[in-house]
Amino acid sequence: MADLAVITRQALDEVAACGDLAALEDARVRWLGKKGRITELLKSAGKLVASAGPEAVARVQKARADLEVAIVARRAEISRADIERKLVAERMDVTLPGRGEEPGGLHPVTKTRLRIETLFRQAGFDVASGPEIEDDFHNFGALNIPPDHPARAMHDTFYFPDGRLLRTHTSPVQIRALLEHGAPLALIAPGRVYRCDSDMTHSPMFHQLEGLAVGENVSFANMKAVLHGFLQAFFERDLAMRLRPSYFPFTEPSAEVDMSCVFCDGKGCRTCKHSGWLEISGCGMVHPNVLHASGVDPERYTGYAFGAGIDRLAMLRYGVNDLRLFFENDLRFLRQFRAFGA
Amino acid sequence: MKVPYSWLAEWVKVPWPAPELGSRLTMAGIELEALGAAAPPFTGVVVAQIVSTEPHPQADKLQVCRVSTGSGAPLQIVCGAGNARAGLRSALALVGAQLPGDLTIKAAKLRGVESQGMLASAKELGLADASAGILELPQDAPLGRALREYLALDEPVLDLNVTPNRGDAMSVIGIAREVAALAGTKVSGPAIGSVPAGHADRLAVHLEAPAACPRFAGCILRGVNNRAEAPLWMRERLRRAGVRAISPVVDVTNYVMLELGQPMHAYDLKKLRGDIRVRLARSAEPVTLLDGNTVSAAADVLLITDGDGAVGLAGIMGGLRTAVSEETTEVFLESAYFAPDGILGRARRLGLQTDASQRFERGVDPTQQSRAIERALALLTPVAGGTAGPVEVTQSAPHLPRRPAVPLRAKQLTRLLGVELPAERIEATLAGLQMQVTRSAGGWQVTPPAHRFDIEIEADLIEEVARVVGFEAIPESAARVPQGFRSLPEEHPPEAAVLGMLAARGYEEAITLAFVDPQLQERLFPGRVALALSNPIASDLSVMRVSLWPGLLRAALENQRRQADRTRLFEHGTRFEVGGGTREIDTLAGLACGARLPEQWGVPKEMRAAADFYDVKGDLAALFAATGAPQSFRFEPGSQPALHPGRTARVLRCGQEVGWLGELHPTLVQALDFTDPPILFELDFDAALAVKSSTYEEISRFPQVRRDLAIVVDESVTLSTLAERVTLAASSLLRDLRIFDVYRGPGLEKGRKSVALGLIFQAISRTLTDDDVERLVGSVIADLRENLNARIRE
Repeated sequence: MADLAVITRQALDEVAACGDLAALEDARVRWLGKKGRITELLKSAGKLVASAGPEAVARVQKARADLEVAIVARRAEISRADIERKLVAERMDVTLPGRGEEPGGLHPVTKTRLRIETLFRQAGFDVASGPEIEDDFHNFGALNIPPDHPARAMHDTFYFPDGRLLRTHTSPVQIRALLEHGAPLALIAPGRVYRCDSDMTHSPMFHQLEGLAVGENVSFANMKAVLHGFLQAFFERDLAMRLRPSYFPFTEPSAEVDMSCVFCDGKGCRTCKHSGWLEISGCGMVHPNVLHASGVDPERYTGYAFGAGIDRLAMLRYGVNDLRLFFENDLRFLRQFRAFGA
Repeated sequence: MKVPYSWLAEWVKVPWPAPELGSRLTMAGIELEALGAAAPPFTGVVVAQIVSTEPHPQADKLQVCRVSTGSGAPLQIVCGAGNARAGLRSALALVGAQLPGDLTIKAAKLRGVESQGMLASAKELGLADASAGILELPQDAPLGRALREYLALDEPVLDLNVTPNRGDAMSVIGIAREVAALAGTKVSGPAIGSVPAGHADRLAVHLEAPAACPRFAGCILRGVNNRAEAPLWMRERLRRAGVRAISPVVDVTNYVMLELGQPMHAYDLKKLRGDIRVRLARSAEPVTLLDGNTVSAAADVLLITDGDGAVGLAGIMGGLRTAVSEETTEVFLESAYFAPDGILGRARRLGLQTDASQRFERGVDPTQQSRAIERALALLTPVAGGTAGPVEVTQSAPHLPRRPAVPLRAKQLTRLLGVELPAERIEATLAGLQMQVTRSAGGWQVTPPAHRFDIEIEADLIEEVARVVGFEAIPESAARVPQGFRSLPEEHPPEAAVLGMLAARGYEEAITLAFVDPQLQERLFPGRVALALSNPIASDLSVMRVSLWPGLLRAALENQRRQADRTRLFEHGTRFEVGGGTREIDTLAGLACGARLPEQWGVPKEMRAAADFYDVKGDLAALFAATGAPQSFRFEPGSQPALHPGRTARVLRCGQEVGWLGELHPTLVQALDFTDPPILFELDFDAALAVKSSTYEEISRFPQVRRDLAIVVDESVTLSTLAERVTLAASSLLRDLRIFDVYRGPGLEKGRKSVALGLIFQAISRTLTDDDVERLVGSVIADLRENLNARIRE
């Protein structure tokens, strides 16, 4: 029965020649379908036995089984080739940019303020705030700055016709906090302050940080520790700090705080005017008159207070060399501060 | 205040070179602002004498001088100065000399005559702003000596910043006292003694405001030659201290003020009429001052007057009528003590801050008035001659300042500074500051010297000890912080998270000024009252903002001008509302202008269009979702003059207005010249963003069923009305309602729109059947038909 061998050979060749699943299915139907040639052979099993002997049926069955195996194998091959082609076809340029909105960012002064708040909260300070429109009492009088005091000349104050004013410093929050909560307390009060002054290094609106700690034995030595600790934590480095005697009507003793220049490590550069030091803050022990005006007994309590420029801290931290950039809101500037954290 | 080193050294032995002196003073509270030299750098200038002069053959204004430097042949110098004359000693810049302003002297022919150098003026040497001729040196100036050496022009000049509490330090002697205290030495200035009176004439002085002027020393000086010139050394010291030389009488009074801290005034005696009276001004009394200006003195301003009226503002500036001039020969010298309270503020109010007023305001030693006159006479008579009368002191003893003893407790010093200092050190420090120290139980009684106006309480003394001992002597010691927890209300939205969300959605944070342009603000908020500043820095920064929009719009315009194609800005700050008192409202506002997305590949065309109302509404929805109570917010059509009337929403939370959202009004878009219309929002930070902390709700384990409906309603039916009806009709089994299309156009009646809704049903305890859902959808449809005249689109 040379016929079967020819047929089988032909079927196997056809399956092997199939290029896609549809052709393969056609071939399967052609050979093994209900009316397929091999199926037909088996249907006429009697005739087959008669013409080719009793083993002929078994041979046809084997031929069918071989063909089935060949089809399954070919189907797997075609699928694999299909996927390979698809993978090649679907290749992407992974360097093309992603889709959607770009993130914005927080203002560098805000980032600096949030960083300061976090650090002081960790050290046990509360964060307080106060009004930006103040009266004479809170901005000056209670802070031991009576009318006509020469220190008023240092505060170029914005006034309203009714005598109120835009606070020239965050120190009024000291008075408000002490009047409201009494001693002991420890707080910082960051906020916007105003002076009618505008040039390279002055903006009529800027940001100040007030600090206040009042308790039964709060000392100058404690103040030194807190300020130095804060500066080291804020700038994430070891740096030297020195206090220079100065004068503020609301503290006594009063001091200016210098820290070793963060740009030259105290060796002297343009930023520190070759002194190695940067003036960063004013501080002192709360004047007894201020405690009095705030309803706190200066015999029982002592305290320290400090004030620092948040904008200046931001300038030093981010290397910004012109204060005015903070208030120009140039997107090309603002976009530079999108990094996480504060 | 500028202090030449040599002047200071005349009053105290300074153990340190200038840089160290400066840093020691700085660390004791008198800050060295700058360390300068007495003259700008120059070389090759020597003392020389003009031997002879002849007219220049070619030029009328030039002379040909033979000039000797003491050795060698005289040099031929061509000079154009009017004061060049034989015998004059002056400054000669030799060939090769380098003068300020990058000038190198070369041998040159001037109009055909050889000049071997240049006779120099003070201006050319950087010693004056202007000069009338070449420098005139004394006849004993050594020929050939380098001018820098002869005039000590390399001496350092300390520019010191004296704080307002330290009036006592605004003088050479004051700084000398500081140096003495720091170095443990004593002040030792030139001897000042009384000059015997050459005549007995005196001028009567009446103190009619003795609280403001309790002591007045005067002296009549006759036969003065005020045409003379103060000696070069004195003029040089004045110059180095920043004071211009004028005439001997004026120069000497200035010199004494700089040296002793006592401001003085000289009157032309011949112009004074009758007695001197020191009294308060009658209200709005006119006073014509030295500088020619007439001011109107208020009733609290102290005047010096004679029989004809005011001759000066006491302690501030003298008057024009009695001013000394070149012709003056008879002088009345005033050296008074004016109390700070009598001077404070007046000069500033009159716009006349003078060297005198600054010193009197801060406090002048009340015991030194006669001494100052004696010092002045000793300096003046050798220069300008004259015969002095007696130094006459008129005073009101009860009004003179007193210096009561101030108690200092050792324990309090330790407590305040946080360091224990040895008693001897404390005593020595205070004594070094010329305080009288006596021991008392647990401390001391300390009497400050007359020149200190800032020692009244214990803290003042502690400060003195600390600053002189040095703040570096105080250790850093961490305070013991009591352990304890503060409340952390979840209701307060964490600022960083709120700002961070807007940033994550593409907004950059801006910080704009709190005062804005009143015109812009009025355009945006017509009729809204704003607080106006009395003294704005500019007219376009003169009113407080009632909204953050004026600042944000300006910032957006600036960015548009800088060619930014797309702007997203927000700001967190205070706005100021007037009406029933001023309210400061913590506000969060923002602006979006330009394309919906940054320019990019692969997004559909509509995503490249300009952002509109709904883009920004989406940003607000994100914020509101983060409050934990998004369902408490409602947007309703609203009206704001600044915004597009059809694209404005008032934002309500639980029925209360908490903000606004809308597109800038087209007329403003045009007027302000925006390329794309900005979308603006503004929220009251606390009211809008208060957080409702989350509570868990059970999640259904049963399948959800979705039914989509296209509902045709009138244009006037808002989505929120539609959604409210659907929610009401669908019962609590409606878990979610999605709006996935809004259609207008062909197939719909005019004035109607079709809204495609996805209704998602789910029960918590069972699987919903088709019947359940059909019934729910049926009741929704029925409700909409009945209440909203709706039709279901198939």
